[in-house]
Amino acid sequence: MTMKLSARQHKQRLGFSLLTLMTFLTVIPIIGVVIYIVYLGFPAINLEFLTGFPREGMREGGILPAIIGTFYLTLGTAIFAVPLGIGSAIYLSEYAPDNRATQLIRIAIINLAGIPSVVYGLFGLGLFVLFLGFGTSILAGSLTLSIMTLPVIISTTEEALRAVPQAFRTVSMSLGATKWQTIRKIVLPQALPGILTGVILGLERAAGETAPILFTVAAFFLPSLPNSPLDATMALPYHLYVISTQVPGMPIKIQYGTALVLLVFVLSMNLIATTIRSRARAKRQW
Amino acid sequence: MKSKQITRKETVSSIREFLITALIKAAGYSAILFVGMIFLFLLLESFPALREVELSNLLSSRWYPIEDYYGVLPLIGGTLIITIGATLIALPFGVGTAIYLSEIAPRWLRETLKPLVEVLGGLPSVVLGFLGMLILSPYLRIWLDIPTGLSAFAGAILLGGIAIPTVVTVAEDALDAVPKSYRDASLAIGATEWQTIWRVTLPAARSGVLTAVMLGIGRAIGETMTVMMVTGNAPILPTGLKDLFSPVRTMTATIAAEMGEVANSSTHYHVLFLIGIILFLISLAVNVAASAVVFRQKKSQERILS
Repeated sequence: MTMKLSARQHKQRLGFSLLTLMTFLTVIPIIGVVIYIVYLGFPAINLEFLTGFPREGMREGGILPAIIGTFYLTLGTAIFAVPLGIGSAIYLSEYAPDNRATQLIRIAIINLAGIPSVVYGLFGLGLFVLFLGFGTSILAGSLTLSIMTLPVIISTTEEALRAVPQAFRTVSMSLGATKWQTIRKIVLPQALPGILTGVILGLERAAGETAPILFTVAAFFLPSLPNSPLDATMALPYHLYVISTQVPGMPIKIQYGTALVLLVFVLSMNLIATTIRSRARAKRQW
Repeated sequence: MKSKQITRKETVSSIREFLITALIKAAGYSAILFVGMIFLFLLLESFPALREVELSNLLSSRWYPIEDYYGVLPLIGGTLIITIGATLIALPFGVGTAIYLSEIAPRWLRETLKPLVEVLGGLPSVVLGFLGMLILSPYLRIWLDIPTGLSAFAGAILLGGIAIPTVVTVAEDALDAVPKSYRDASLAIGATEWQTIWRVTLPAARSGVLTAVMLGIGRAIGETMTVMMVTGNAPILPTGLKDLFSPVRTMTATIAAEMGEVANSSTHYHVLFLIGIILFLISLAVNVAASAVVFRQKKSQERILS
């Protein structure tokens, strides 16, 4: 009996060690990647790199047009995806009856989340660039990224709305408020941190994506900044792709510098989102 | 007078209420509209390909669009071999990490490691492709003594990494949802924690874990930039395990690499949309299957509870 017990415990110790090892083999490369890019990219960062235009076939100078372009695209995505995503989540959480139509909406959202990013690029090219005639433009790129971002925003917002206790709604309605007044004055403010987290996480994905903007907005090199939503623009992820595959003799410092700027852009959004979430959890009284 | 004012105010507010409700409802249904539009556009733009290219050409193993060879088999094969490789990595590491975080790790460690895994999910795929080109593939070339490190293997490793956060997050949620009483009962009758994990917790969460793996696979199939940068992009039909160490090209990478250079409405353009619709249908199948598993699980839980 004691023999058997110790064999079992031995097995458990072995199993636990294996799982611990696997977890750290998963996590350590992540930390490694971030440290490595910071270490090799940091020497490239200076005022000229952040505020200048590329020179000498992009082998010198800065990446300002790519930074500005990614900023515009993220902003454009927010303009379309945030109202639509939050509206959709309000419908699902507050209005939708439990029937086949609602089930269909949920299946559609799951599918939107699974569609490969390059297929979004094809769709954006077919609908926005060619059919609607927007051309390769910030407008076409933002619209494409918006549809891709929508499922993230909808599902996180719906979760945040559902977390607001039902009693809050009942009390508000019993005081004579209409349904919309209840949503706007009671439910939305309570769910705001959760909604913000979802919105930022969705936009983070939009900012880092390359495939959907390949044929809808991204430009190899532009000598000036975009002036209108109908202009094409450079963008950080596409720029990193270009300078690491298409430009021979590219200085490695500029490549890592660009990767670092993109990483900081994306990870700072991630950090803001998770901070909002954990602060709200700590403060929540219900 | 006063009552009249109130009625007018009420009418205005009820019109407002009606309009806003309509808007919200429209937003709610927008997801269906978008999926429908995406499918419609892919269908319209890919349909001419079936008319212009013979089926025997499409189903051949030669992809060379300049000379009108549009065989998609090498591309499907490339996606398949990389996805299998990625699954072999993401399944043990993803599920293993999920079990560790949910069942074994102390609370503080779990709260530290989970956001780190989520950071991996947030890394832009172009950054991973960039590092894969510069670091991973040169090392693979030396270690494995192969002509080029830009291979299906490099793609599989990175895609495995990209799928892991999805697998970990969904599987951990599923394990976390298993009632504590299950574990307590198992431990009370003398099982070790290890036995409890394998014989009780994991089986109870199996449909959630299965969903996690399927969503991870879906993520890997659709990944574009990373595979385009590290797999060498040679459209050769893989025929066995040895091809894991040679260059391949996936469906996604083909679209991304070639769409920028084709003339609109050319045969090549339509064939690329055809590949797009194949990808769309694969992701549809994977996601419907994944949600069907969750749905069935819910039903059987309801049966147990009622």
